[in-house]
This record gives sequence, C-alpha cells and structure tokens, in this order.
Amino acid sequence: MRVIGVIGAGVMGTGIAHNFALAGYDVILVDISEAILSKAKEQISNNIRLQGLYTREFIADKPEVILNRINFTVDYELLKDADYIIENVPEKWETKKEVYLKLDRICPAHCIFAVNTSCISITKVASLTNRPTQVIGSHYMNPVIMKPVVEVIKGYHTSEETVEATKALLTSLHKEAIIVNDFPGFVSNRISHLMMNEAAFVVQDQVADPKDVDDIFKKCFGHKMGPLETADLIGLDTVVHSLDILYESYQDPKFRCCPLLRKMAEAGTHGRKTGQGFYPYPFYTSSLV
Amino acid sequence: MTMEEIKSKTRQYLGKFFNGQHLNDYDDIFATGVVNSLFAMQLVMFIEKEFSIEINNNDLDLNNFKSIDAVSTLVASKSVVTG
Repeated sequence: MRVIGVIGAGVMGTGIAHNFALAGYDVILVDISEAILSKAKEQISNNIRLQGLYTREFIADKPEVILNRINFTVDYELLKDADYIIENVPEKWETKKEVYLKLDRICPAHCIFAVNTSCISITKVASLTNRPTQVIGSHYMNPVIMKPVVEVIKGYHTSEETVEATKALLTSLHKEAIIVNDFPGFVSNRISHLMMNEAAFVVQDQVADPKDVDDIFKKCFGHKMGPLETADLIGLDTVVHSLDILYESYQDPKFRCCPLLRKMAEAGTHGRKTGQGFYPYPFYTSSLV
Repeated sequence: MTMEEIKSKTRQYLGKFFNGQHLNDYDDIFATGVVNSLFAMQLVMFIEKEFSIEINNNDLDLNNFKSIDAVSTLVASKSVVTG
C-alpha cells in the first residue's frame, strides 16, 4: 500500500495526512475548498516544524520532504491511484453519501474505504458502495500524530482481509488498532459524549466552573484532560453533531444535547480551533490538532 | 527589551490561562496540571509573535518553555537584551 487518499482537510484530515506523510506514504489530501487546503498546508508545515517539542524520533526527514509527499487538491479524480482512503468529511449523512458515491466511481477496485467517524454507521456507509466488504470504520483520536491507538470498527459486511489490511497499515504508523463492532457511537463516543455533555450541563447549572469540573477528572480520576478541555480540543460543533446523531440513533433522551453546548456551537466558540470555547486560546493560530 | 520586560509579557500571557493563580518565575507550568504539553505549541506561537524571534529545531525542547525563567532565558538568548 503506497498511496493514501485523505478526504477532508479539517482538523482530523490534516492530522492524518501529516501522520501518513511522516511515515513515508504518498498522500492525496482532497477538500472542496482551496482556502481550507491552503490552511491545512500551513498548519502541517508548522506542525512539522514544531513536532520536535514532543518527539525526537520523527525529525529524520526535512520538513519540506515530508510536506512534498502530500498532494493538496480539490480534484477527486486524482484518487484513481489511491490504495486506501480515509474519509473525514463532516458527520452529516448527506455529505457522506455524496462523497462515497463519488469515491466508489473513481477509486480502483482494490481500494479500501475507511470511514473516520465517531458516530455514523459503517454498515450504512458501506451500503452506498459496490464494495461493502472493503468498507471499515477507523476512529482516529486527536491529535492524530500523538495518539497511539485507533478505534477500528467492523461493519456488517467488512471482510477479515479488510480488517487485517487496516491493522497492518496502522502498525506501519506505530499505532495499535482496537477492533469493535458497528453500533452508534461505537465504544469511545457513546461513553465520552455523555460525559462531555453532562459536564456542560454542570457548567450551565452553575454547579462548577469549567476549570473545577476538569480538575475533578484530572486530579481525582487521573485523566490527562478533563471533559470540557476534551470538548474544546474536539471542537464543540463536532461534539454537538455527534450528540445529535447519538440521540437520533438510539431515540434515547440521555443523549439530548446540553443547550449551553449548542448555544456555544452556534456562537462560533468551537474551542481550540476558533480561539475560544470553554477556555480561551489566544494566539492559537496553528496546532497539532 | 530588558529581561524584566520579557518576563512581564510572558507572565501576562500565562496569566490568561492561570486565572489569577499565582505563578512563580521558576514554577514548572506543565507540572501545575493547569496546562498540558500541547500548550507548549501555543506558547511557542506566542513567543515568536510577541518577541519577533524564530524558534528553531534546536530550541524545541519542553524544558525551554516550562517556566517564565526558562522562556525569558531563551528569548534573551535570541534577542538584544538591554539593562
């Protein structure tokens, strides 16, 4: 497997493209917007420059060599050469549908499609294509380059070959795959979003401020980050989307989105990526995330 | 720029994240639990903009960014310090 197609140059797509380029793969990073691609290029370039803060082992290649492995493009047709696709478009069914119909038409028959989703059904996405055995879920964590584990989801039709190929690919990035079955929210988001949502309710109800909520999780439970810091890192708009999907999928009121969270998402205070969420992020123009 | 000015600007910036919590110049900000190591990137971007210097590969060590003292020593080594 040599050529990796990454669809969507948002937070996750940017991190994934960076990670694969670092591991020596040729990457085609596709987005519908030139402006987003240009921002992604700047961000990857900065992240490559600053990655030495966190690790010494990755900086063998010069930054420009790594960056040159990524083709930033708006042209889906270039994916005719892709061996493996990782799709990261927004968690909206209509958007996913449009993308998969296009991918299925353009990509070669052997190409595997990995849906990088936190909530959308892998089985349902697979049903859009003529290759349901080659569709799998891969839920990368943020920041991609620093997270050693990926939640990998087997759809109803996903073949063992596709699972093995995905595991091998992740191993080449020094990442471990944890294989779970397809059910809304899988394991990570079904549980973590309940926690982030309830943490937002606690702030809304003035039980505690964000820092104290997070401190309880960090200092009492030993979590590296509190639920509200995590929500800021993921992006509050994405958290709200995922909660809506969980609510719709299970028809269970326990997934109802906290009004404060929705209001913040609507106000454009999405967390790190916009400079303001539950916490301020002044000067945060570029990041690993 | 004097060493004290560098410290003062750094202290002011960190203050936004420490919400009034007192920070000594020698305190390890990453050990406080208030910010994590991801914050270092944010701090690097701030330092480059605020002091108009470029942080290069050799400077990319968390130890250079762990305290107000460490940051001011790094910045001073890359700029003309007066007084």
